[in-house]
Amino acid sequence: MTEPGQPIKIFNARTEWLRGEGLSCDVVLSSRVRLARNLAGLPFVAQATRTDRRHILDLCRARLVGAGLAKQLMWLNLHDAPPIDRAVLAERHLISKQLARGVLPGRDAAPDEPRGVAISIPDERLSVMVNEEDHLRLQTIRTGLDLRGCFEQIDAADDSIEAGLDYAFHPRFGYLTACPTNVGTGARFSVMLHLPALRMTGEIDKVKNAAEDMSLAIRGSHGEGSQNTGDIFQISNQTTLGKSEDVLLAEMQDEIVPRVVEYERRARTMLLERRRTILEDKIHRALGVLRGARLMTVDEAMTLLSQVRLGVVLGLIEDLPQQTVNHLLLIVQPAHLQRIANKEMPQGARRIARADLIRERLGPGTNETPRNGQ
Amino acid sequence: MLCECGEREATVHEVIIKNGKKVEKHLCEVCAKNQGFDPKAGVPISQLISSFVLSSPGAKQGKALVCPTCQTTYDSFKQSGLLGCPDCYDAFEDELSPLLERSHEGGTHHVGKQPKRATAKRGRGVDPVMEARKRAEQIKQLRHQLDTALAGEQYEKAAGIRDEIRELSESDEASEELSEGERNGEESREDQAS
Repeated sequence: MTEPGQPIKIFNARTEWLRGEGLSCDVVLSSRVRLARNLAGLPFVAQATRTDRRHILDLCRARLVGAGLAKQLMWLNLHDAPPIDRAVLAERHLISKQLARGVLPGRDAAPDEPRGVAISIPDERLSVMVNEEDHLRLQTIRTGLDLRGCFEQIDAADDSIEAGLDYAFHPRFGYLTACPTNVGTGARFSVMLHLPALRMTGEIDKVKNAAEDMSLAIRGSHGEGSQNTGDIFQISNQTTLGKSEDVLLAEMQDEIVPRVVEYERRARTMLLERRRTILEDKIHRALGVLRGARLMTVDEAMTLLSQVRLGVVLGLIEDLPQQTVNHLLLIVQPAHLQRIANKEMPQGARRIARADLIRERLGPGTNETPRNGQ
Repeated sequence: MLCECGEREATVHEVIIKNGKKVEKHLCEVCAKNQGFDPKAGVPISQLISSFVLSSPGAKQGKALVCPTCQTTYDSFKQSGLLGCPDCYDAFEDELSPLLERSHEGGTHHVGKQPKRATAKRGRGVDPVMEARKRAEQIKQLRHQLDTALAGEQYEKAAGIRDEIRELSESDEASEELSEGERNGEESREDQAS
């Protein structure tokens, strides 16, 4: 257990969603399952008073700590944590951006709202947010396409938590949630996909339309309302009522995701066969800019790294491990950047630090992009 | 493209995937309405709430729907998209049902996992069991609150909670049995395969 005020140890660990291993890891960055749960007999978070939220936090914290969810579980009171730590957790997908800022649905940000998170360390595979939109939001993340592994873990964690807490459950509506879009199983199965070729060929819109027809949501990498910088998309089920977890899981794991992966691979092959020079040019330009730039915004970094990642996966860039690129996708973000520099920096300084960090991590290169003083 | 009726231009195009089969429908607005197709199906619930609920019968009559437990009004739900407490689902069941159906591909009833504590000794019938379970849940939560109140030496509050528990227990003795059974059955993991 980590108590408030103590330094958080996890920021140097490899985050699960960027390990770059597992099934279909050329396209699928990570898999994630989320369960929304609420305690019986208490108002949902948005309607709860501050005292209620304190009470909910105490109940959940005690249960989470006692449930034996992981070999090592870290608990953080987010209302006591420095803003930079909260931002780092959000960048690592361990908490939502709303929870990081302390935004209650329908209200202004209040950084001192009672709320917290439990995280399994050092693997960061399991995290449980308390007092987000619902009392409890459990999530498990695995590298590659592994929704089944995610679900097994979260299902067991859910059982352990429920053994000591009463969930709000309705025989008709299932697990009751603050927003009716989550009611029923409360389960969201999602995968984070890297789809640069579908974007380049313009077919991404077709995938989006098809996804909508199948009641799936396609979003940016940080969920609802987020941008899909770096060609990273998140696909998840919208339906939670009327389909069992097993059905939802099988649909995503065995049908939908493999199909999208196949589309992306086909688009990559097509680009290689018919537009190889254009593709190589784009990828090596991206690498050249990353290796030479002195100022870099997050968006530009993500866009270029996405193209480089494609080059690495396709074997067009040989002197870079995929993990290096994946890791950069994480650490170029503002909070990680400041954590690594060990100081707070305004935006302008961050651009310089980001460019420096990227040059340092990517190295000068061996088989292309001679650096003749550019 | 002409509508199935052959009279008007098809403006509503629906592709539905049910059990892996793709069904395409090309309809004019009149036929679409008659066949119950809503061009907005699949739209996030927050948008549905504003467009659909505002035109629902309850809204037209201007009835002020209020959840008796948390005092959340249906109007405020329409604005925020968030319910106030678990009991809102019962309080607004009639209004929520069509909304849920639209945003969950026609799903109306939960299928899948059930929490063991809330459903221990569950019969297959719905209403009486549901009522008993609800009361049992309330009682358990109240006991929790009672403990907290006692621990905080809020004796007046505790007395109020105790009265509430007594009232609930008297109204349904079965709920007592249910909660007893749950406590005993905690460790036995039910088969979730079905």
